[in-house]
Amino acid sequence: MLSKDNRSFDADRRRFLISGATVAGSLVLGMPAVSLANVANGVQQIGFFVEIGPDGNVVIGSNQPEIGQGVRTALPMLVAEELDVAWSQVSVRQMPLGIVKTAEGFTWKYGGQGVGGSTGLTGNWDYMRQVGATARLQLMRAAADRLGVPVSHCRTRPGYVLCDAEAAEIPYSELVADAARLELPDEPPPLKDMRDYRIVGKPQNAIDAIDIVTGKAKYGIDTHEPDMRYAVIARSPWLNGRVKSFDAARALAVDGVLDVFEIKGPDPGAPYLVLAHGVAVVATSTWSAIKGRDALDIDWEPGPNAKDSSKRFWQQNRAMLKKRGQVVLDDGDFDAALAAAETTVTRQYQVPFVSHAPLEPQNCYVFVEDDRCHVIAPTQMPSGASRSAAAVTGLPRENIHVDISRVGGGFGRRLTNDYVAEAAMISMKTGWPIKLQWTREDDLQHDFYRPAGLHEMTAGLDSDGKVTAWTQRLASASKYYRRPNMPDENLWQAELYSDDFPRRIVDNMRLEYFHNAIGLPRGSWRAPAHTANAFVVQSFLDEVAIETEQDPLRFRLDLFGDERELPYENHGGPQFNPGRLSRLLKFVAERIGYGRQLPERRGIGLAAHFTFGGYGAHAIEVTVAPDGELTIERIVAAIDTGFAVNPRAVEAQLQGGTIDGISTALGLEITVKDGQVQQTNFHDYPLARISRFPARFEAHVLPYDQTPTGAGEMGIPSAAPALTNAIFAASGIRIRRLPVADQLRQALT
Amino acid sequence: MTSFKVNGDEVEFAGDESTPLLWVLRDHVQLTGTKFGCGVGQCGACTVHVDGSASRSCITPVAAVANKSVTTIEGLASSDDELHPVQKAWLELDVPQCGYCQAGQIMATVDFLRSNPNPSDADIDSGITNICRCGTYARIRRAIHRAAELSGKGD
Repeated sequence: MLSKDNRSFDADRRRFLISGATVAGSLVLGMPAVSLANVANGVQQIGFFVEIGPDGNVVIGSNQPEIGQGVRTALPMLVAEELDVAWSQVSVRQMPLGIVKTAEGFTWKYGGQGVGGSTGLTGNWDYMRQVGATARLQLMRAAADRLGVPVSHCRTRPGYVLCDAEAAEIPYSELVADAARLELPDEPPPLKDMRDYRIVGKPQNAIDAIDIVTGKAKYGIDTHEPDMRYAVIARSPWLNGRVKSFDAARALAVDGVLDVFEIKGPDPGAPYLVLAHGVAVVATSTWSAIKGRDALDIDWEPGPNAKDSSKRFWQQNRAMLKKRGQVVLDDGDFDAALAAAETTVTRQYQVPFVSHAPLEPQNCYVFVEDDRCHVIAPTQMPSGASRSAAAVTGLPRENIHVDISRVGGGFGRRLTNDYVAEAAMISMKTGWPIKLQWTREDDLQHDFYRPAGLHEMTAGLDSDGKVTAWTQRLASASKYYRRPNMPDENLWQAELYSDDFPRRIVDNMRLEYFHNAIGLPRGSWRAPAHTANAFVVQSFLDEVAIETEQDPLRFRLDLFGDERELPYENHGGPQFNPGRLSRLLKFVAERIGYGRQLPERRGIGLAAHFTFGGYGAHAIEVTVAPDGELTIERIVAAIDTGFAVNPRAVEAQLQGGTIDGISTALGLEITVKDGQVQQTNFHDYPLARISRFPARFEAHVLPYDQTPTGAGEMGIPSAAPALTNAIFAASGIRIRRLPVADQLRQALT
Repeated sequence: MTSFKVNGDEVEFAGDESTPLLWVLRDHVQLTGTKFGCGVGQCGACTVHVDGSASRSCITPVAAVANKSVTTIEGLASSDDELHPVQKAWLELDVPQCGYCQAGQIMATVDFLRSNPNPSDADIDSGITNICRCGTYARIRRAIHRAAELSGKGD
């Protein structure tokens, strides 16, 4: 790849940047006042993001990792729109991690880099448009200088600066060298009126699709570097287990195996660099490394979690809910309201641990040399990769170069860079460039799982059927459990978002939390606590409506109410407009024909949820056969992300989120027995296949205003409860424990 | 020594004959379009054609393809300018998200359409078993129907 050339290239640019930063604020714009025309084969570049070739072709840098969410298309669209070039002339270059050491510490060179929490688009919405608008202004100023006219006499059409008074039309490619030398404006120029957009807001295909369908797209796993060796690790099958001893003789006898040594893991519950203790095998090919690992003889020390089990975990959760927990929210007077209620409804729901299972198993290339380190990582957080490599090697971070590969799925797994640290350890120990490869078994057995929890819901209703009291009591294993400087009293914050519905809608509301311990590592899984809480809240709403003889749709619409902004201080705020949920719910209900007469054993379920600033809703129609066989007949999904930068990609996220939500609800669970994860591969962690999903599957993108939210997580939370509400409507069987698995068959036969 | 053809070129592999074809393709031939997803033939990300039939290369020992002809995603199109109808349909429907499974999905679909040139949705349900973790199934289904149309017109 680019490694060494790229390093010197970056070093030059860094000098320019730093001198430019003090004079012209180029750090904000990513636009140093310097020509780089001589650097890359005649390609001319304005700032870090925009290159214009002699043929007028434009290469736009994308600073964020592409994990399938579409940023490598959407972000360059923003630049191209403001720059005023034809989208058909644009290609995209993945930028490496850019960090610059300053007196105040490290700062971003290309803007903040990292994708999580559906912020990849929103975090760069202004920034990338300013990059494009500034480059366009510089091109117009260069043209104005050449023509001897004020810049106000110039305008652009795609790829050209026009000056009507001079009857001049100059291609960008002839101006870019001059433009790159101009000092930056003090302020970024005004942005285009959104009504004039030609590229943004219009459906565009993924820019990398051609490389993907021809097998050319390069993921982390596809890295080949000179002299590279291949490594795998045998990690402790015991949660927090250790290596007591090992015999490498048989492994070293495998053809191609070069080295075998121990990898030290973290202490139980302590902050970690790598996930587990283990033994590394280094070889001349991936298969030799795997065969070598199979031949290892390791005596494991089971460690402190050897008796952990899912069975015990759920018993403990049930026992906890019988006591009083930590009250983390107490609006109004819950006890009095409940005592005064005409009807009360209480239900418990169980949400399991699940694994991320991105289809590209974890891998990483690292080459540690005396004074520097090169990382090529499929990661959501390249700066975390840099920190991990620095922590392992002791090298200064400015000497660690991180290239970002295409990523074969994120889902939150690649927010942590444990596999980067492992590869760095192995490269440091051996001195070789190393590609570390995880197998699927490694991935399912060593993950940061979505926390499991037992939720107890109680609602009190008055004689009109209005909810007057509401509580959610949750016993779970918080994902914040091993963060540094995390006090126990804040563990709940990862599991309950206190401003979520029905906050400020039901006046008397209490949230209560119980933290339960288990040796399983936990972390962020696509739309973290929203997947659990949407299932619980939207199932419970259904149950309360039915218990009090109200229509589940009408009951929800009455609660969500009309459009109005409520304060929302959790991630995705500062506001939550429940009327936008009403709008989506009405839409999907109408599309699916909610309320019509249905054949026997058929039912429709509804759900809607607000996730990290965006809104989603599902209507699902199912048939449950007398033997318990479930058929999904029809899916109608809708998403409101405010303004959709690339509606085709937002639709894809809604389709994918819906499928992810249903697949997970139907069949996925990680369980622990005798201190070990029981699932090993897709035969016992059965991701749903195409046959599960009906041809009648609509995904609607419904714009709302001019402000985009992210789109990666909004499509998932309401899918599972819409499904299980449909199952109830079809069969009378209420799913209160995920996954659905064989519960229908068991209930009916 | 195992000899076979990959995308028309002769390949010789001197290593262990039990090595899965997947790793020979990826590490030895350095054709990385064929992906590793599970190693047990479950997900289909590693699907290639052996003498024209879709095979999961992660559970196919290289010995099993001796003197046979292997086609990978890199060799599917007749030229850089003329994609296979399945690839064209995938582009038209904008199928990929992360894209990691799509080479396998496409290779599986090409073989599937040979025996099901005009497939129903039920045919797709029983004939296409590759896993897509991003959940592109809605678009894959449409792309398979579209590829069937394009193939019918083209050939």
